[in-house]
Amino acid sequence: MNKEEIRTKALGVLAAVVPELEPAELAPDKSLRDQLDIDSVDFLNIVVGLAKTFGVDIPETDYRHLYTLDSLVAYLAGRAKG
Amino acid sequence: MAKTTYREAVRAALREAMRADPRVFLMGEDVGRYGGAFAVSLGLLDEFGPERIRDTPLSESGFLGAGIGAALGGMRPIVEIMTVNFSLLSLDQLVNNAATLRHMSGGQFSVPLVVRMASGGGRSLAAQHSHSFEGWYAHVPGIKVVTPATVADAKGLLLAALTEPDPVVILEHATLYPLEGDDTPDEPMQIGLAAVRRPGQHVTLVTYGGSLPKTLAAADALAKEGIEAEVIDLRTLRPLDIDTVLASVAKTHRAVVVDEMWKTGSFAAEVMAQIMERAFDELDAPVARVCSREVPMPYAKHLEEAALPQAGQIVTAAKGLL
Amino acid sequence: MTDFLMPKLGADMTRGRLVEWLKKPGERIARGEVIAVVETDKANVDVESWVAGTLEKILVEPGGDWLPVGTPLAVIAAEAGAEAGAPPAFAAAPAAAAPVTVPRQPPPPDVAPGAPPPRAPLPAAAPAAGGERVPVSPIARKRAGELGVDLASVRGTGPGGRITLEDVERAARERPAAAPAAPAADKRQRMRDAIAAAMARSKREIPHYYLGTTIDMSRALAWLATANAKLPVTERLLAGVLLVKAAALALREVPELNGFWIDGRAQASASIHAGIAISLRGGGLVAPAIHDADKLTLAALSQRLTDLVARARAGSLKSSEMTDPTGTITSLGERGVEAVYGVIYPPQLALVGFGKIVERPWAVDGTVVVRPVVTATLSGDHRATDGHRGALYLDAVARLLQEPEKL
Repeated sequence: MNKEEIRTKALGVLAAVVPELEPAELAPDKSLRDQLDIDSVDFLNIVVGLAKTFGVDIPETDYRHLYTLDSLVAYLAGRAKG
Repeated sequence: MAKTTYREAVRAALREAMRADPRVFLMGEDVGRYGGAFAVSLGLLDEFGPERIRDTPLSESGFLGAGIGAALGGMRPIVEIMTVNFSLLSLDQLVNNAATLRHMSGGQFSVPLVVRMASGGGRSLAAQHSHSFEGWYAHVPGIKVVTPATVADAKGLLLAALTEPDPVVILEHATLYPLEGDDTPDEPMQIGLAAVRRPGQHVTLVTYGGSLPKTLAAADALAKEGIEAEVIDLRTLRPLDIDTVLASVAKTHRAVVVDEMWKTGSFAAEVMAQIMERAFDELDAPVARVCSREVPMPYAKHLEEAALPQAGQIVTAAKGLL
Repeated sequence: MTDFLMPKLGADMTRGRLVEWLKKPGERIARGEVIAVVETDKANVDVESWVAGTLEKILVEPGGDWLPVGTPLAVIAAEAGAEAGAPPAFAAAPAAAAPVTVPRQPPPPDVAPGAPPPRAPLPAAAPAAGGERVPVSPIARKRAGELGVDLASVRGTGPGGRITLEDVERAARERPAAAPAAPAADKRQRMRDAIAAAMARSKREIPHYYLGTTIDMSRALAWLATANAKLPVTERLLAGVLLVKAAALALREVPELNGFWIDGRAQASASIHAGIAISLRGGGLVAPAIHDADKLTLAALSQRLTDLVARARAGSLKSSEMTDPTGTITSLGERGVEAVYGVIYPPQLALVGFGKIVERPWAVDGTVVVRPVVTATLSGDHRATDGHRGALYLDAVARLLQEPEKL
């Protein structure tokens, strides 16, 4: 899975939790939490969605990698390879 | 066809009725030698003689009572009272006797009496000759109240009144006597039916008697502004043909009621009340009315005109609903 | 036969709009099954039926006008012997929350047998900006009902600004053919109006008292970190779940705070249905219930909480979730707020607030240490309880959070 595919699928997970999401308006290097106005429950739903979609476990200690869309894609790309 | 006036139409009805039925006779103040205060019975004395065209003393209660007695005795009296103002002297006879005897006798007696009277203003005759009290009569169960507004109705409804088994009061608006018309009926009409005098879809104008010509003039003026008014002539106030009014309101959703009584307690108030009772959900605006100013009728022409409903006020009232 | 009525999904709901039927006439309905979606000023809500039976007849089509609470929407032929009971939460029912279904009443005495059923209520007059009544002619009102035109959206052109028949028919013509989706701005405004009404009522009627206490969260968080390390992501717990559970359990100990103020007196609820205040993206707030929150395991509670938040923000809550909360829990800690002194959602008796869990110097046995702490607050209805009961409650919350393994 290349980064573009990961990005598309990840956006799908985000959109499931945040229906108002406009992918075109999402700055990839800025805080997801600030841009999407998500809270810890939304965030947990996103983590669960990512884990299911990509078939990886995401330990709590890795949550810091999910801060922006870019870092989230990079993290998932690394996990998928590993 | 020769033009006939309202006055001539009433006279024709009297003549035809008296020729057809020997029980019919006319009595009232000045109906004989003078020919009637409004010249309605002019010439009838010559044809029918003083037995059947009877001049009476100035005693409305007395001669209306005599009329009731004659009716009870099997005659078909027509009592003319000079104006509705004077008829107040005979209210007791009409309300307490004529209207009640069928009921109080358990149906044994009927009073087939026709009472004709001139009513209304517009002739500079001041506050004792010019008022409109038809709503007072229409208030009373046991009598029928007819307000012919056209030449044809003047004859046809009078003929109809003579076929009624119970008292009928006919109010002839005095300004209508010179009105000309083409056609008069040979047969009695039916009492209790209203007529649509002009069809329209934007607003219903309800009126009767002397206010009909003014209301039709208002409808003409409204038409020039693109407002099509439907004009309803009630013709009979009791029994009231409210269904014709309601059918029109169901079409136009707006109504102005016009009459010449004083506004408070006017017959228009009754019509408005029934519209609101029975067609509330059809209304697109409050029901409006145009009535007389609440003053004794002035003598001076310009003041009298200001006191009476006029076409311009009807136009304004109708436009206020649109 | 039972009428399925426009439900009252909260004390301040006065009207709703039918969005969708999930059952067709002739279909079986189980008790508690969702059969319709209703739009309120705050959310789209899945409405459950509280009778089992068959959907006999649909009285109101989707996409129509706003209808007053209590308007019959459908007729349900109740199953023979089926209990046409009120929903469970209404056992201790707040009068403000009308049952979703009621048995059909006998006709009033002045209606002859066989007379046509009374008409559906006509739409109410549109309130003007200043709260004044906008005049609507009788036939305009009637036709608006027939055409499903919302009078609030009609501009009156008659004398004095009266809405006339023509105005209604023009509005109906100009309306998009499909059921109009309310513009987002409208929806936001309606939600603001609903919140304004509820909160103004609360501050007008409820004499609030406010208490706060700081709770050491070190044990709870340590337990949580250990537990979460062993759990797959799908079962992982949020700290908030511990707070909700503790708040719910503490209500068991101080039941005077759990329930409603109705008809001038407090009516405690036997069940604890925790209303969770959920802010919506783009503005607005809902507080749907987690039923029997005190009895759920942490795992189940976590599941319910994440599901409830997701559905609230997607706009698909159930009617019982809207009507049933016996108390509300709010947290504004996400954005760093340390204490929240909330406004009670009438007719509830109390609101519990949690701030952000922050590390603070904390004195233990004469030594200053750094501990994660949270400020828990209580807004109480002083008509129902006094500060002492409130203090007992917060004390219970603090104590429960010291034994997270027992939650």
